Amino acid sequence: MKQSDGMSLYDRIFRPRTYTLENGKTVNEKRSRLPLVLILILAAIIISGEVTGFRISTLMRRVGYFFVMLGDMFPPDLSYMKDVWGPLWDTIKMSLLGSAIGAIICIPFAVLCSSNLIHRRIVTGFFKFFFSVVRTLPTLVVALIATYIFGLGTLAGTVAIAVFTFAYCGKILYEQIETVDMGSHEALEALGMGRLSAIRYSVWPQVLPSFLSTVLFCFEGNVRYASILGYVGAGGLGLILNEKIGWREYPRVGMILIALFVAVVAIESLSSWLRSKLT
Amino acid sequence: MSEIRLTPAEQLSKEPRKWIATLIVALVCVVLAAWSGSALESNSTGGSGLSVARGIILGILHPTTDILFTLGKNGVPYLLLETMCIAFLGTLVGAVISIPLAFLGAGNIVPKPVALVFRVAVMAIRTIPSFVYGLMFIMVTGPGAFAGLLTMSVCSIGMLSKMFIETIEDLDRGILESLSAAGCTTFDKIRYGIIPQLMPSFASTLIYRFDMNLRDATVLGIVGAGGIGAPLIFAMNSYRWNDVGAILLGLVVLVLIVEWFSSKLRNALMRG
Repeated sequence: MKQSDGMSLYDRIFRPRTYTLENGKTVNEKRSRLPLVLILILAAIIISGEVTGFRISTLMRRVGYFFVMLGDMFPPDLSYMKDVWGPLWDTIKMSLLGSAIGAIICIPFAVLCSSNLIHRRIVTGFFKFFFSVVRTLPTLVVALIATYIFGLGTLAGTVAIAVFTFAYCGKILYEQIETVDMGSHEALEALGMGRLSAIRYSVWPQVLPSFLSTVLFCFEGNVRYASILGYVGAGGLGLILNEKIGWREYPRVGMILIALFVAVVAIESLSSWLRSKLT
Repeated sequence: MSEIRLTPAEQLSKEPRKWIATLIVALVCVVLAAWSGSALESNSTGGSGLSVARGIILGILHPTTDILFTLGKNGVPYLLLETMCIAFLGTLVGAVISIPLAFLGAGNIVPKPVALVFRVAVMAIRTIPSFVYGLMFIMVTGPGAFAGLLTMSVCSIGMLSKMFIETIEDLDRGILESLSAAGCTTFDKIRYGIIPQLMPSFASTLIYRFDMNLRDATVLGIVGAGGIGAPLIFAMNSYRWNDVGAILLGLVVLVLIVEWFSSKLRNALMRG
């Protein structure tokens, strides 16, 4: 009996359990992969623990210090709020403009990535690879480079957010374009429409609602992310956050964080309401 | 009922007039763009931006090869290993914290008000920027990879518990009912009714989050919490663009490989 053909290595080492049913048929139950996966994960945990110096005892002993800074933030310094408004609006404006710019620029690139619109695999492959590489560039690094080129300020932050939005929305957009129903596109081309207007009237209306919802989702995340960018001098809330942490004025840090929390909650509810209208 | 016959021109004229709605949307967009454009300001470096950009790009395109291949503690391979370990354990610790939070935040397990409280708590945890957590954990463990790991885990809580909550709320109760009808104990119900439903989706979320943590690990560097971020930021601040190129090259290649693996794994998990 050549049973081992077509079986993976794992099944050949740990033979499947065989049952004989009442009618004489035999049924194989493959051995579970769980032990192998567990051993691999355990090994990874031990290696990582060694490399990072994970000590549960240190954590238990000193975890209180985590709450020292948090405790200092309360009660927050309410009178500081008047100085928070400016950077807070800057952060929101940065993410709004950055998301809009990134979303608009990514559209032509996403079309170039879609294998159902462009039939040359070299072109689509190249632009897909381009998107993946841009997506792996850490936003903070982009922001830091942008501050060297555009100078310190919100412009650099806007550019960093635009780059991130470009990569994120672009990937999702080309995946959506590749799954649209191409029937209407073919029909319009058969009627004598040009390539671009066929895309405009058949593909575009199909992807527009979900694309807008992706952009809104991305904008939500960007507001939160924009508060980090200030750390490298790219404007917004992070700038004063970094400054106040540096001066150990923790009640003011608490005020900034509360303002950010309220803004994020407001924007998230607005955007999820808009997204529920879209779909 | 008389049949209505229309010529194409008449048909076209019956199209609902949406120009008012379009105009309003366009106006809102223009106003928003103008309003947000007002915040743009930069302390320009005096027109030298382009030459700076050229220098940066040239440097990045000519990475220093000796730090790219040395195996010491300052070489790129070791830093990448450290970053991966931080991301891996950070994701796991984050999962350990998020799973109870997710059960407490799921509307079908606990009463609605309790669930709401835990959801707001998770949102609050998610709002605090990661470098603030980094600074807090440095007070706990001192600078180094351990602080980075803890920061990663706390930063993962937000997304992980949100996705876990969605999975838990999608649980199919029918399976549990049929298991109890078949006479299973509570333990059997959890083992054969709940875990198989949750496992694939949880695992897929974890793998995705590991991917994201690997990408975000550079943020930790700016506060000195280990990983590849710190050397990267130091190199950038001292304009050593060739070293930046080497580190970025390593990071990009690693992230691309991990992304490829993780999408394969997640596809396999989704197919069951």
